[in-house]
Amino acid sequence: MTAHPDIRPTRWAALAALLTTSVLLTACGSGAGGSDGGSGRAASGGTLTFAVGSDAGCVDPQQVGSNDTIYSVRQVVDSLTDQDPKTGKIVPWLAKSWEVSSDATTFTFHLRSGVTFSDGSELTARVVKDNFDAVPKLGALGTLAEGYLSGVKSTTVVDPLTVKVTFQQPNAQFLQATSTHSLGIESSASAKRTPQQKCSQGVVGSGPFTLKSYVQNQTITLARRTGYDWGSSLWSKKGEAYLDKLVFKVVPEAGVRAGSLQSGQVNAISSVGKANEAALKGGQVTLARRANPGAVFNLALNNSRPVLKDVKVRQAIQYAVNRQEIADAVFPTGTRPATSILARTTPDYENLGTDLAFDAVKAKSLLDAAGWKTGSDGIREKDGTKLSLTVKWFANSATNQPALELIQQQLKAVGIDIVLKELQISQIASVQQSGDFDGLWGNLTRADPDILRTLYSTKLANAYRLPTSPLDTALTRQAATTDTAKRKELAGQAQHLIVRNAYVIPVVELQTQLGVSKKVHNLDFDASSRIQLHDTWVG
Amino acid sequence: MRGYVIKRVAQAIGVLWAAYTVSFLVLDFLPGDPVSAMAGAGADTGQVDPAQLAALRHQYGFDKPILVQYADYLGKAVRGDFGDAVSTGRPVTSTLADALPQTLQLTGAALLLAVLLGGGLAVLATYTSQRWLRQLLLSLPPLGVSVPTFWTGLLLVETFSFRLHWFPAFGNDGIRGLVLPAVTLAIPTGAQVAQVLAKSLLTALDQAYVETARAKGAGRWRVHLRHALRNASLPALTVVGLLVGQLIAGSVVVETVFSRDGLGRVTAAAVTAQDIPLVQGVVVFGALIFVVTNLVVDLVYPLLDPRIVVASGRKAGLA
Repeated sequence: MTAHPDIRPTRWAALAALLTTSVLLTACGSGAGGSDGGSGRAASGGTLTFAVGSDAGCVDPQQVGSNDTIYSVRQVVDSLTDQDPKTGKIVPWLAKSWEVSSDATTFTFHLRSGVTFSDGSELTARVVKDNFDAVPKLGALGTLAEGYLSGVKSTTVVDPLTVKVTFQQPNAQFLQATSTHSLGIESSASAKRTPQQKCSQGVVGSGPFTLKSYVQNQTITLARRTGYDWGSSLWSKKGEAYLDKLVFKVVPEAGVRAGSLQSGQVNAISSVGKANEAALKGGQVTLARRANPGAVFNLALNNSRPVLKDVKVRQAIQYAVNRQEIADAVFPTGTRPATSILARTTPDYENLGTDLAFDAVKAKSLLDAAGWKTGSDGIREKDGTKLSLTVKWFANSATNQPALELIQQQLKAVGIDIVLKELQISQIASVQQSGDFDGLWGNLTRADPDILRTLYSTKLANAYRLPTSPLDTALTRQAATTDTAKRKELAGQAQHLIVRNAYVIPVVELQTQLGVSKKVHNLDFDASSRIQLHDTWVG
Repeated sequence: MRGYVIKRVAQAIGVLWAAYTVSFLVLDFLPGDPVSAMAGAGADTGQVDPAQLAALRHQYGFDKPILVQYADYLGKAVRGDFGDAVSTGRPVTSTLADALPQTLQLTGAALLLAVLLGGGLAVLATYTSQRWLRQLLLSLPPLGVSVPTFWTGLLLVETFSFRLHWFPAFGNDGIRGLVLPAVTLAIPTGAQVAQVLAKSLLTALDQAYVETARAKGAGRWRVHLRHALRNASLPALTVVGLLVGQLIAGSVVVETVFSRDGLGRVTAAAVTAQDIPLVQGVVVFGALIFVVTNLVVDLVYPLLDPRIVVASGRKAGLA
């Protein structure tokens, strides 16, 4: 359940884009051949240089939540399981098999033998216990990892290669959680270090690469782990990784990243926004895209506000938003309008596209029926109150402001006034806690439908003040079942209930877009739309 | 001379304290705090448990009353201990010490270029007897001052890195990596040097002593450089003192555009993360550089112009 700090808004981004576009188009106009620069045969060796936009100031996979850093630190650790990006299925990695109790409270993992960490120590049940005992202590420093293990009763060593994790209440999401970078397994010695030490000095993992050096705000360098032989069951290459070295350079300016890729100074870049696409077209570059699983970009309503307690008003907002227009105007090419509260890459996603179709006429008639009459200024009013909503948002993505300004126009067309208010990301906790908003803009990445329970169960934080309803039952039950068909049905029900009741307004999917040189092969997205580099080669 | 220096040092300490206090208050008035900034980073609109935030705040001491925090921080700062950066856990002093050499290289190279280019331009513009050339040269500095640094930077990267492949577009690697950022930073700085120096050169050339020098048969170059320039350089020197502050501020933009490590990047990251100890360290450090430079400039004046008396004591003035 992380996010994408990805496309940070910078004052220079637009200008950079403009420059890159104009200059590079002329510079590279003749170079476009679309030929695959490689030899076509996978070969070991070489270095991949990857430019990312930011540095989280921390190289501990259990603590970082920012894509730019996950890309590198993910390669240092293995997880108990892996998740197939195509099917969402959980498959073996460090655990060769597992059992989940029928009430989804107890998870028993049978570990692979012969796995070693880069400090020479061996993977045992004890190591896993040390990790899972340390993670809850991270608290707010590792919100993702800590959240996955919340309600853990105990982790016990059954035998040297069998470990059992028990929860106080059903927790079906935990199996998927073991596949994430956040619960990547570190050596015992590493797990016992303080969070600050792990951040600045890095961690010892059993992954296909090891951390060689970390220069803050500058570079993260990884080297191939020799003797690596316990890759995920999803990977095509057995044994060690192809690449000798991975160099992650921090290049904050989007235009400089694009130009560096186009001029061959780096092999791949993160966060390609719409503005830089033109500059990268036609060269020796492909744009790799995948929608992030989890909750799509949405306008989460404060359901305790008197005006928004009326389902007709909420549905009117839902119908008044023209999602296709927003996706086309603001987001990278290929971004899809939301067709559920979950993105289509999320396991158990259900297509509710017809409920989310744009219909301004219907929006207006719903508002009429709810007693909101158009005033002299075009804004609707009822009993002397204007239909005006304050939407708060955070400047953690460059697309937020233009997307919301478009929504503002679209809603104005049906007589709803939207006041936009920008906040610092550091205010998020206090805003959610106080409920001082009519609408809150955001998204949340997670490749498991349980994200809906995290966000919308009235039994948890309930930041959007939903009323208790059958939705709670569906969310609680999906967390308590291990039957995949049953869970899919319940997750589907939950999506229906959220969309039909318009508790939140789904808008567009978040799409991760990378720029990759055509010399680079098999740079693949994992189920969470981040990358694995074990199978990647340059040629 | 001694009395003068003591007075100036006392003033400098006052400036440092004021910078420290004002920045502390500004950071405190900002909504949010370093702990929630840290927990929120990357997890765009995820939910953070308020109880956990409170625990973390307690761990860092951000739950104490603001005056107590201020006293704590100030007490340690006086002893040279700025604590650990909240966002990284590393000591502030070593974070700054690591970043400093990179920024010194950048600002040093930029200052050198600025003085050479700006000074050269001013001398040439005032020396030439070609009216059109003088007009042309004198129109360059206003242009250099008004063009935004990030724009020049991006233009230089486009041309000399992406198209001509002469220099790298990012990083701190050696002299080649230094050229474009130093030029970018030197342009507005050099332009200001040129503006001030050209103006004061023109004034100096109208002075009676220049007439005297000419009457005594001194050549044009000799009059220009030996007599006029020496007197005209005083205002330019004052400007250079002020420019050091500007260079450090400019490094925030230039280091970001060129992805260079250094104080500028540290500052940008610290402000984004509302990392109070780190921002405080940067502010005090920046103020220190500024104060020291200007002190040095003041002490250099009498070397250029013996008429200037810096001290309270008469003897010192003649030193």
